Amino acid sequence: MKAILAFCLLAGPCLAEVNSAAILAPRPPKLLSDYGFFTDLAAGQADGQMVPYHLATALFSDYAEKDRYIFTPAPAAYQTEKTLEFPVGAAIIKTFRYADHKVETRVLVHQEAGWKAFPYVWNPQGTEAELKLAGADMAVQSPKGTVAYHVPNANQCKGCHVNSDKAFTPIGPKVRNLNTGGQLAALVAAGVLREAPADAPAMPQAFDTAAPVEARARAYLDVNCGHCHAPGLPADTSGLYLHWDESVPAHLGIMKRPVAAGRGAGDLAFDVVPGDPEASILLYRMAATDPGYMMPEMGRSLADAEGVALIREWIAGLDH
Amino acid sequence: MRFAAFSFLCAVAPASAESFAIAPGPDAESALQEALILAQPGDEVVLAAGRFDIKNQLSLDNPEVTLRGAGMDASVLSFKGQTGGAEGLLVTGDDAVLKDFAVEDTKGDAIKAKDVNGIAFIRVRAEWTNGPDAGNGAYGLYPVSSTNVLIDGAVVKGASDAGIYVGQSQKIIVRNSRAAFNVAGLEIENCYYADVYDNVLTDNTGGLLVFDLPALPQQGGHDIRFFRNQSFANNTKNFAPEGNIVGLVPAGTGMLVMANSDVEVFDNDFHDNRGVGIIIASYVKDTEDPNYDINPRRVHVHDNHFRANGHDPDDSEFGGLLRELFGERVPQIVWDGVMPIWRYLTVGQAADRQHSLHDNDMGDELPYGNADFIGKFGLTWLHGVSFDASEHAATLAPLAPVQVIIRGRDVSHKGAWAEIDK
Repeated sequence: MKAILAFCLLAGPCLAEVNSAAILAPRPPKLLSDYGFFTDLAAGQADGQMVPYHLATALFSDYAEKDRYIFTPAPAAYQTEKTLEFPVGAAIIKTFRYADHKVETRVLVHQEAGWKAFPYVWNPQGTEAELKLAGADMAVQSPKGTVAYHVPNANQCKGCHVNSDKAFTPIGPKVRNLNTGGQLAALVAAGVLREAPADAPAMPQAFDTAAPVEARARAYLDVNCGHCHAPGLPADTSGLYLHWDESVPAHLGIMKRPVAAGRGAGDLAFDVVPGDPEASILLYRMAATDPGYMMPEMGRSLADAEGVALIREWIAGLDH
Repeated sequence: MRFAAFSFLCAVAPASAESFAIAPGPDAESALQEALILAQPGDEVVLAAGRFDIKNQLSLDNPEVTLRGAGMDASVLSFKGQTGGAEGLLVTGDDAVLKDFAVEDTKGDAIKAKDVNGIAFIRVRAEWTNGPDAGNGAYGLYPVSSTNVLIDGAVVKGASDAGIYVGQSQKIIVRNSRAAFNVAGLEIENCYYADVYDNVLTDNTGGLLVFDLPALPQQGGHDIRFFRNQSFANNTKNFAPEGNIVGLVPAGTGMLVMANSDVEVFDNDFHDNRGVGIIIASYVKDTEDPNYDINPRRVHVHDNHFRANGHDPDDSEFGGLLRELFGERVPQIVWDGVMPIWRYLTVGQAADRQHSLHDNDMGDELPYGNADFIGKFGLTWLHGVSFDASEHAATLAPLAPVQVIIRGRDVSHKGAWAEIDK
């Protein structure tokens, strides 16, 4: 197997298949190449069975670019409420990179016992990535300067990737965030999704100014916060719910007092003060970089300047 | 049933469990985190004596794992250089036992347990070593949204909110612990069924707090017992960052009961708290939550010892108010007198909501005062403090003891407790 892969690496694209046994193995492979997701690791050339996809609005990760693929033995049923449910044997993989410098690839595999997540960290040459169960820390050059990049450990993955039954779950592939630029139809054609109704819900791209600020802000909050801040999910004890479907103003933070924020409250009294972004804890914690109170708690060391600007604009425009 | 069988097997064949030994050193953090990921039910992760410098939040998700050190002063996880993660250690696996180590100087909370059934903190220390500071993390020991919680023999210092904080949980025992130099020493918030006993609270802003707050997944806190605690000289100036509800607590608060129902407080010792011995109060902020009751109900305070509380209220919002209303002779127990306005104007407190205050040893202190906040802040022409404790003469039955089950054993019983603590 290794010899074949080595040959593939030397010879460019070849016909190796995705290794389903590796996806289902209780002990994850040590090397990313062992999965056979890529025919050419160095060039990022994916196997033909891997279906690339993108999201309307993506989680901010210190300005990293992300390449996403799904491998699934059968298409997921259409549903709008939760993440699409792919069958056992499916894998979702995401490579984080800055230009052509690949940093890590996260592999989510659906095994008989449920979903599992394994982080693989790339070698400096970008030719192979190695399993790092305990995560890793490294300094990485981003377009905005040096980033203290943290690869999450398996438990930290579950810090966000968990559903209300405490089971590990993928987050990204939700219909409302996949429904952009005709992608749903493409995913149906590729065997990833069973159907794509014309009335499928869609969230706007957060930074596409053609859409209203309100919708863009809510899309941004859904993607960057709603995987924890929603009923039954890890941040529900705060009573702050930021998922797309939330409609109660107090749960959206409007004139809501913090519960257990500590110095995360920033000497401010309310999560969101309509018309007054600078008095809003939500904005304060988004703009923070102190790990003791920045939000999200993980996955960034820089603030998302564009995201902060969007939420500032949204709060400033709220009726008061 | 399956669970009970497993526990039995563990008891007779402990050798089958694996032990991960972690020693201080440059690779300690990743070794520790890896062990916490790999440890299976029944396994132990053992910290050697020494100081461990940790940069990222640690986490434990597998069930029935023990993390233990060589003592709360011997094995120290120091987060002084923390760069990642909101707390020191996050536990999301059921039935974890944490014992005999310390967590110091985390950026946020020291140890948080979320959504677990079964968690034991035994002789664990959580501390911010620079002393009281608004820049310290909010909570020391922070089980939330959990069931079957045991905190025993813990020490917590320097938290900018509450040292020991149990939130939105059920079936809780906090005992034999010490909290000092926190804003709130020990706080039970939005919880059902807790026994808090044999603890020492001193040098905090407030010693014991029991709160209920609105608009949360679990609210309507009830059935909380506080007994044989010592809450004294909690006179540290409030250093909570603004915006936090605990920031309202005046320095020198022996105990604060806010908006909870069915609280029993007995055999405790409250002394030398400069603001007040116990204040029984309603939620003071506005809320639009229709399912939330702002008033405390059925608070039963009996057979406690009070001395020298309330002789020097501070100049904070509520301390200043106590001083304005009562001067330097604040009653040992103060009630805010808040109830629905129509009741205030007519028949008074509903019978099934009344408190009971009796058989407290007050010496020569002023025992009781009704601060009449409705008169003070609303119907000002009616305002007048009063001192007749007989307005709280409900007959309240004792609350039942709480049963806490960790790894299938009832830790409120000594024998079962010894099994866990071996």
